[in-house]
Amino acid sequence: MAIKTQPVTVNLGPQHPSTHGVFRMRVMFDGEEIVDVEPIFGYLHRGSEKLAEERTYTQIVTLTDRMDYVSSMLNNQAYILAVEKLAGIEPSPRGVWLRMIASELQRIASHLVATGFLLQDLGALGTPLIYAMRERENILDLFEMICGARITNSYLRPGGVFMDAPTEFWPALDRGLDDIIRTIDELEAYLSGNEIVFSRTKGTAVLSPELLINASITGPMLRASGVDWDLRHRAPYDYYERVAFERKLHTASDNYARYWVRVQEARESVKIIKQCIEQIEPGPVRPSFDDVPRLIRPPAGDAYAAIEGSKGELGFYLVSDGGISPYRMHVRASSLINLTLLRDMLIGGQFGDLFVTFGSVDLNMGEVDR
Amino acid sequence: MTTAWSGSALAEAIEAFAPGSVESSAGGDVWLKPECISGVCEGLKTRDEFKFDLLSSLTAVDFIDHFEVVYHLTSLPMNASAVVKSRVGLGRTDASIPSVVSVWRGADYQEREVWDLMGIRFEGHPNHKRIMLWEGYPGHPLRKDYVTYDQSIVSAPDDAVTVAIEGDE
Repeated sequence: MAIKTQPVTVNLGPQHPSTHGVFRMRVMFDGEEIVDVEPIFGYLHRGSEKLAEERTYTQIVTLTDRMDYVSSMLNNQAYILAVEKLAGIEPSPRGVWLRMIASELQRIASHLVATGFLLQDLGALGTPLIYAMRERENILDLFEMICGARITNSYLRPGGVFMDAPTEFWPALDRGLDDIIRTIDELEAYLSGNEIVFSRTKGTAVLSPELLINASITGPMLRASGVDWDLRHRAPYDYYERVAFERKLHTASDNYARYWVRVQEARESVKIIKQCIEQIEPGPVRPSFDDVPRLIRPPAGDAYAAIEGSKGELGFYLVSDGGISPYRMHVRASSLINLTLLRDMLIGGQFGDLFVTFGSVDLNMGEVDR
Repeated sequence: MTTAWSGSALAEAIEAFAPGSVESSAGGDVWLKPECISGVCEGLKTRDEFKFDLLSSLTAVDFIDHFEVVYHLTSLPMNASAVVKSRVGLGRTDASIPSVVSVWRGADYQEREVWDLMGIRFEGHPNHKRIMLWEGYPGHPLRKDYVTYDQSIVSAPDDAVTVAIEGDE
């Protein structure tokens, strides 16, 4: 005989250790089953797009750091590409290689954080997260060597980067890449074939590729459904045409596939960095101030530039009226748009899968709310 | 490499299946009449010559005398991109445009964000609510004539508590 239950509405967040920031959900449960979900945003809204209208193009770099604060370098890169497209700036080759190295390191750090917290949400308290964070720490040390900052880097400038890497950076980078591979091997040895991980993540929150594309979802979530769409490959920016890497695809489109794609992409990033180290050549890291002045005044017009961020397509739309600050800046935030299907993923699922599914989306509240 | 549609080619192709919907075109942009937007977008998504199955970005710009809604479209099968724009709220009147959520679900949160911060209504949106700010927040901050809270305190202390709530239910 089935026991009659009554739906209960539960508030989750904004202060909750599993919500990856200040995210809030109003969830209706019927027993253990989720019947309705309403996400509520805005607890970290700082009005970055409005602030950008009052700052010069170089000053805005610091605002982009604070959007997705676990992938600052990638935010810098997307913004700088939009500025270069708008103002017609030709970047310096060494600067481009350096920013590719920096952004691929950042992608590894971001994927490690996503993986670590996903396993934390699965109930693997501590250990995998500490493994992942230890490795991210080494990457942050490398960032400290090249730009003096660890999280809010502001390393990129229109036309390249603001300073060259010191000589001791290169041996440290080589050692760091070996450590990254070792950590990923370690993580995978414990987790990628783990029976508990399988039983908790396989077959949960499955989404069809058509639905993902229709909902504008990009990045590892889309590639976990078997769609070969990576902007580094399909619309190469910077020097991605000159490096070879595999696009790792999984067809299951469940929580495990999303975890697996991120781990494999971190490995591919190591390969990309190694090729960058081989191809980098001496020279200036940014054009001289005669070519690219400190105060840039792009001609009136607009430009949209997108990169393959750690969470998906990260785009910046800039409108210029010929002045020293943009007339309008818009960020195509992949974290926010990837949440479009949150209801579809959660409704009908179990309470225990809620945070696992949420963790597999890999969002960052700094980018959701901006 | 993604190929970008030029404005004139796209305008011609749109006119071929939806006559009278294009306002003008220049560079890489096409301006559509706002009332035609959902029909044209349906065609851009489903017709074989376009196949724009991914809505990359949806945003809006305040040009003082009018607003411009900007759609960045991507076609995964054709590896192509296009920019579609639409002028709404001419003369700074009540701005509204048909929603494209029925075409691309990815427009859901982006349209809510534009409504919240720019104050453009999306007719037919299934959940037309603010997203970043709370219901009852005075005004839409990304508009160029928005007076920030701090300024209202400094310049006119009496007005600080009676800021007009415009456009909110």
